[in-house]
Parts: sequence; C-alpha cells; structure tokens
Amino acid sequence: MGGGDLNFKTMGIVETDWKNLFEEILECEVFTVRGMLESLLTIVKPQGVESISPREKLENSSWNLTKSYKNRIREFLIEKIIFILGITALLIMGLIFVFLIQTGIRLFEDVSLGQFLFGREWYPNATNPRFGILPMIVGSLMVTLGAILISVPIGIGSAIFIAEVAPPKTKTVFKLIIEFLSAIPSVVLGFLGIVVLSNWVRISFNLSSGFTVLTGSIIIALMALPTIISVSDDAIRALPDEYKEASLALGASKWETIKNVLLPAASSGIIAAVMLGVGRAIGETMAVMMVMGNAVQIPSTYLESGRTLTATIAAEMGDTVRNGTHYNALFAIGVVLLIMTTIINTISEWVLHRAQREGK
Amino acid sequence: MSDAMNSNAIIKVKDLNLYYGDFQALKNIDTTIEKNKVSALIGPSGCGKSTFLRTLNRMNDLISGVTTKGEVSFEGREIYDEDLDVVALRRKIGMVFQKPNPFPKSIYENVAYGPRRSGVKNKKDLDQIVEESLKEAALWEEVKDRLNKSALGLSGGQQQRLCIARALAMKPQVLLMDEPTSALDPLATNRIEELITQLKKNYTIVIVTHSMHQAARISDRTSFFLMGEIIEQGETNKMFTTPSDQRTEDYVTGRFG
Amino acid sequence: MDKSMDVGLREMKLDKGKKTREKLMFGIFTLCMSAVVIPTLLIIGFIVVKGISTVNWSFLTEMPRMGMKEGGIFPAIVGTLYLVLGTIIFSMPLGVGAAIYLTEYAKQGRLTRLIRIAVLNLAGVPSVVYGLFGLGLFVFFLGFGSSILAGSLTLACLILPIIITTSEEAIKSVPDSYREASLALGASKWETIARVVLPQAIPGIMTGSVLGIGRAAGETAPILLTVAAFFIPRLPGSVFDQAMALPYHLYIVSTQVPGMPESIKYGTALVLLGVVGVFFTFATIIRLKFKKMSQMK
Repeated sequence: MGGGDLNFKTMGIVETDWKNLFEEILECEVFTVRGMLESLLTIVKPQGVESISPREKLENSSWNLTKSYKNRIREFLIEKIIFILGITALLIMGLIFVFLIQTGIRLFEDVSLGQFLFGREWYPNATNPRFGILPMIVGSLMVTLGAILISVPIGIGSAIFIAEVAPPKTKTVFKLIIEFLSAIPSVVLGFLGIVVLSNWVRISFNLSSGFTVLTGSIIIALMALPTIISVSDDAIRALPDEYKEASLALGASKWETIKNVLLPAASSGIIAAVMLGVGRAIGETMAVMMVMGNAVQIPSTYLESGRTLTATIAAEMGDTVRNGTHYNALFAIGVVLLIMTTIINTISEWVLHRAQREGK
Repeated sequence: MSDAMNSNAIIKVKDLNLYYGDFQALKNIDTTIEKNKVSALIGPSGCGKSTFLRTLNRMNDLISGVTTKGEVSFEGREIYDEDLDVVALRRKIGMVFQKPNPFPKSIYENVAYGPRRSGVKNKKDLDQIVEESLKEAALWEEVKDRLNKSALGLSGGQQQRLCIARALAMKPQVLLMDEPTSALDPLATNRIEELITQLKKNYTIVIVTHSMHQAARISDRTSFFLMGEIIEQGETNKMFTTPSDQRTEDYVTGRFG
Repeated sequence: MDKSMDVGLREMKLDKGKKTREKLMFGIFTLCMSAVVIPTLLIIGFIVVKGISTVNWSFLTEMPRMGMKEGGIFPAIVGTLYLVLGTIIFSMPLGVGAAIYLTEYAKQGRLTRLIRIAVLNLAGVPSVVYGLFGLGLFVFFLGFGSSILAGSLTLACLILPIIITTSEEAIKSVPDSYREASLALGASKWETIARVVLPQAIPGIMTGSVLGIGRAAGETAPILLTVAAFFIPRLPGSVFDQAMALPYHLYIVSTQVPGMPESIKYGTALVLLGVVGVFFTFATIIRLKFKKMSQMK
C-alpha cells in the first residue's frame, strides 16, 4: 500500500488545494459562501476515478503521510495572519501607555511635579501660566466619593434583590433594565442633568445655581450602579448552593443566611464591584462636565461648583497648541487618570482573582 | 516476546518514553499492534494506558510540556518524524473518546465533517459516505429519518456510536478507543461491544478499558500497564487464565487497585 | 403529639421577630432596586415623551438651519453612521484576531497573563484618555487631521479591549472535547478553529462586540478631540473630512448654543437614545436566542 499509483489519485485534490485555501479563509460556516464554492469546486473535480466508492477514494487519497508544502504554507499563512492581527491590536494598546506618558512627561520641562500635583492655581493661558491640578484632583475625588456613597448601598441592596429575592421573571426584566442603563450615553444623562436634575438641586437646597458637585455625584452614581450591581450579583450567584442550603437547614432565615453566610463569602467580589464602580466614576467625562459648573476651585461643600480631571481635558483640549505647555499639561492629566484607573483596576482584578482562587 | 516479530503488525512501538515535564509517564514501552485485531490496554487509573493510546495518533502534541522519545511506526512509517503530517496521520488513525463528543451540528454534518476536511465536496459522495459509515456503526436505522437534526438530541449510547461512525467515515486503518463505554449504561455498552467485534473485520482496534470483563469479552490481545510500564502482554485468553506475572494476576483477579 | 415536637412548634412561633426583620430587609432591597429601575425608566420615558413630537422624517433627513435652531440633524446621523462603520472595520478583525491568537495560538504563560491584565486595565481607562491618545497619534502624529478616519480609529481603540475580552471568553467557553474530536478526525488547527470553535463562539463574540459598538456610537469625549465638528452644513465627502456626530451634537445644542429650542435638544437626545437602543436590542436578541439554543441541548 501507499505506492505511486495512489499518489496519482491524490492529484485531483492537490490541484484544488489553492481553491481550498481560499475557501478556508472565507468559509467560516457563518458566511455561507459554501454553496457557491461547492458548485464551483464540483466542476474541477478529479477525473477518471469513478470506479471506486467515495470512501475508498478518501482512504486512498490520504496515504501520503509526508507533509505537503501547500498544507504547510496554508497553516503557516493563516497562523501568521492571525498573529499579525493579534499583535497589531496588542501593540496599539501598548502604544496608548507609551504615547500618553511620552507626551505628558514633557510638561515637567516647564513645571515641577510638585507644582503640577499640588498647585492650587490653574491658569493655562495667562501670561505667567500656572498648571496646578489640585482643585481638579479634589473635584474628581469628591464627585467620586459622593457617587460611591450613593451607589454602593443601593447597588449592593439591588444585587441582593436580584440574586436572592426577586422571582426569576422579574429578575430577567430588571437585569435588562440595568443593562440598558449602562448603555445610555453619558451625554444624554448630562443633558438630563442640565434640564432636570440641576433645577431640582437648585430648588431643593435653595441655591443660586444647580451646577454642583452633588449634581455630578448623583449622575455618576447612576452610571456606576450597573457595574456595581452586575459584578456583585455575579459574586453572590457564584457561591455554591450548599452554603445557602446548609444555613437554611440549620434553621436560619433567608435574611440571616444572606447576612451571615452569603455576604461574607461574596465579599471579595463585592469589593471588586465597588472598585470597578470607582474606576467608572473617576473616568466619567461628559456628564460631569455638563452639570458641575467647572469652576476651578477646591469646593468646600458638595453644593458648590467643581471641576474634574476628565472635564479639564475635554473642555480645554480644543484650545491648545500642539506640543505647547498647555497641551502637554493635559496629556499629563491623562497620565494621572491612567495611573489612577490602572491602580483601581489592578486592585479589583487582584481581589477577584483571589476570590476565584479561594475556590468559591 | 516473539509477538514483536509478527509480520501482521500495523503499529510497532520501540523503547517509547514519555514525559510530562519532569514526570515520566511512560517507561520503555515495547509493543506491537496487530492488524484486524482488538488490542486492549488495561491497568489501574493513572498507569499511562490512555497516555500511550494518545501517542499513537499524536494527540499528546496538544498538551504543552510533553516530550516523547523512542520509535513508533505505523505501516513502516515513523510517526514522530519531523516531516510527518500529523493531520494526514490522524486521517489514517481515528479516535473515539471517553465522553461522547459529537459536534453541536446535525447528525449528517458530524459524519461528513472529516470527509469535508479531506476535500470531499460532492453532495452525492458525501451522502454515500454518511450512509455507509452510519450503517457500519449500526446507527443508520435509528437516525436515517433525522439526519438533519442536532446530534445532541441523541442518547448517550447513540452519540457514542455517532462518534464511531464519524471516525469510520474517514476509513481509517486503526481506530483508537479511549474507554468508549465508561460514560454509558450497560445496555448501550453492550451494543458498542458488539459493534467492536464486528468492526475488527475491517479495522484494527486499540481500546483502553477500565473493565477487565470488557477486555476479556472483546479483545484478542491485552497489555497490562502499571506505573507507566507494560508489565505483561499477549493473547487475552492466556493473560486472563494463566498470567505469568504476579502483579497481572493480582490485577485481573481483582486483588489490586 | 409528643412533647419534643411541641417544643419545636413553640419555637417556630417565637420566630415571628425573625420574620418581620426579614420582611423589613427585603423591603429595603426592593426599595434599592426601585431606586435604580424607576429613574432609568423615567429617563427613557421622559426623553421619549418630550422628543417624540420633534422626531419626524424631516428632522431625520434635513440639514440644520438658522444656526442649528431649525431644521433637522441629518449630518449628525450620517456622521455617526460613518463613525460606527469605521469603528467596526478597524476593531472587529483586530479584536477577534487578537482573541483567537491569545486563546488558540499563543503559548499560555506569564506573557499572555500579563497581556490579559493589560487588556482588562485598558477596558477601564477613561474614554477621554483615549481621546487624548487619538488626538496625539492619529490627528497629529500620523497627520490624519481631525477626521472620520481619526475618530473611527480612536473609537476602535476604545472598544478593542471589550471585543478582545468578550471574544476570548466566548472562544474559551467552547469545550476542548470539540477541538480534540476535530483534530482526531484529521482536521488541521485552522480548520478546527474555523469550523468548530468559531461557529460555537460567534454568538458570544457578537453580543460583546455589538454592545461595544453601541457604546462607541454614544461616546462623546473621544470624538470631541478627533473628529467632531460644531456645525458643517454638508455631508462629509471622504474619510479625511470632519463630521458632525449625534452625541457631540447633543452636547453642543444643550450647552454651547444659547437660545436653542427645547424641541431640538430632546429630539436629538431621542434619536441618539434610539441608535444606542437598536444596538442594545440587537445584542440582547442574539444573547437570548443563543441562551435558548444552548438550553435545548
């Protein structure tokens, strides 16, 4: 077996191999180019082997066990294409870090790090410009803190409701609504913040302007909620049923079980959820820019106007000159944001990872 | 052992050693697989029998950190050669797994999967291959009216016979079976065993089994594995009646592992 | 009835306080949930009610007039469509390719773990930072200028991490036994990926990607710096042109133009919400269908 006469039979298949290659790339089952190609390929079918059954033909055709160049080239090409696509994507992601840092760091030729981080004055366009971002750091932290104070209790409560209290159908509907909330563009929420929420804040607290840190916090809370709810919900539902059953079997009520067994066991996941919510809050741009008034000052209460790091970039980038000090300063703010969110994300990833390793 | 000289051998293994990283899973394996016979590999779990089975169609290549040393030849061709096409090798040496694993496609598409990958495009040819293979796997009568229904709707035993049909469609020379009945009920197991006895007319079968009764019922030759070594091998009848090694005797009489 | 059971029954009665406490807590949870669901429904309802009278055929297909205070928002819709299209073209092949590479080809080890952590981190980077990056790299460094091209590329970068992570998850969830079966039948690695792995993973990949693209369609901060034009009374002619876009337009009409009639603001908000809603619904349908399919198995 495996002699020369059998190789002759493989020729038909070898001949159509380039068509195969082409077909492989296009025809991922989903694309259904199959029909077209099939009819095309039947025309160039090998000739003169009608006497034997298709299965015998199949048996004979695969006797050559040595790698064919065409097969090797095909796999090689496809692997390289995927490699290039993958590496390009990953390089772009790496480039983001490099590019921002490289541009942002140039600021420190003109301004010291201390002046930048702890300076209270931000006059980028004055004749004697100042680039202190402390007011913005405080603004970002305040609005984030406010948002978290509002969203964490509500979020965890909702997660418990979804995971343990709600009947299945209600659960599905509510989850869908929460997911849609996370899909609403921030500019739409910002718009509603202007036309509805700021008026409400102004009237309720008897202020001259409703564009306050509080207004921003409420909107950001709404935006952070879906993240907090879904990650906490996942954490609670990932717990093995035995935990719950054991506690219930011991005569504990449902709420006691939640309080004493489920919440402590899911705590890592819930902490991660809160961290991710913080990350979302710090990074939010449009809504806070639209409702916080953007005054460069360190707000002494939540009922004053303030400005965040993100809003500064979005509001001022259009007025800068490329590679000017102001331009570099905004990139440096970008780096500060990048560092903040990286720290937050790394912590939450680490907490989640640890929770998974503990085998919950 | 004189069996190694047997001219009817389809696979010859010489001095095979296999390592998972630092751990040696197979030690100095010497054996032959004879054409149109059922060879059973038995031994306690973790003894290396499944690992050995997977060296025969190079499925161990998929696991990172595995190194294989020694010679394995199939029809006189060294299968660990640099220029050997693993894909072509696996078309000649089919495999059936422990858990039935049909693709989430139709019954027809499951059987046609292999032939399609080998370049069979003609619908008529495919129809013929599918019918023949399903008949050979004794499944045709049960599924001929629902070839386009999902394979996942079949019972476990039917799924496993579909997996056998899927492997047979390629008309392989050798069929490797890795505990093919361990996930099935006794009735389904019975049908598969019957099928195996029929298939040996046309195919060489190597089967890993945890059940000594199964080995005794269906196999012609048996190899007993222990801690990565073949302790004893030979005619099944002889192995189960008059084993020459004490450890084999302990195992087949149930005093072991 | 014997005595011990009697004691048990009495204890059960004593549990009334427990029950009340439980009811109270569950009531609080229900309130929490309402505090999320009701505002969400109010937001949607409010915008629909206020905007629906404005949104008609001419609003969707006419150019803005009188300093945008009259007329439609056609160029903003077209701009957003172009941006979405560009984002899909750039992000899908790269994202899915990267996911296939990471799961099926790359050697699993410290490096791939590091890459995964980096990608997850990038998913949490603020969108305005992506805007900065796009401005620096695409607009200035590569010289695309403020253009649809630069904007699409920026949005593509923004959603790449989302597409990579969701695709990776979808690909990983395909059981290894399918891969083994395919390889054992003499299919090559790529054949196995293309015929067995991807068809199984496609619903997951699609759900994640469509949600990501929907997010890109609604983003303002990244396009603020890379493509958006305050007002252009004509449609973009090439990918190197600036364009208007719905989210940016809503930002402009609600903050930058004094005396803008309410109706145009609400109309724009409704159209934007509608666009995002279409993507959301699409993704939800794919997911539900897929769920049903896997339940049938």
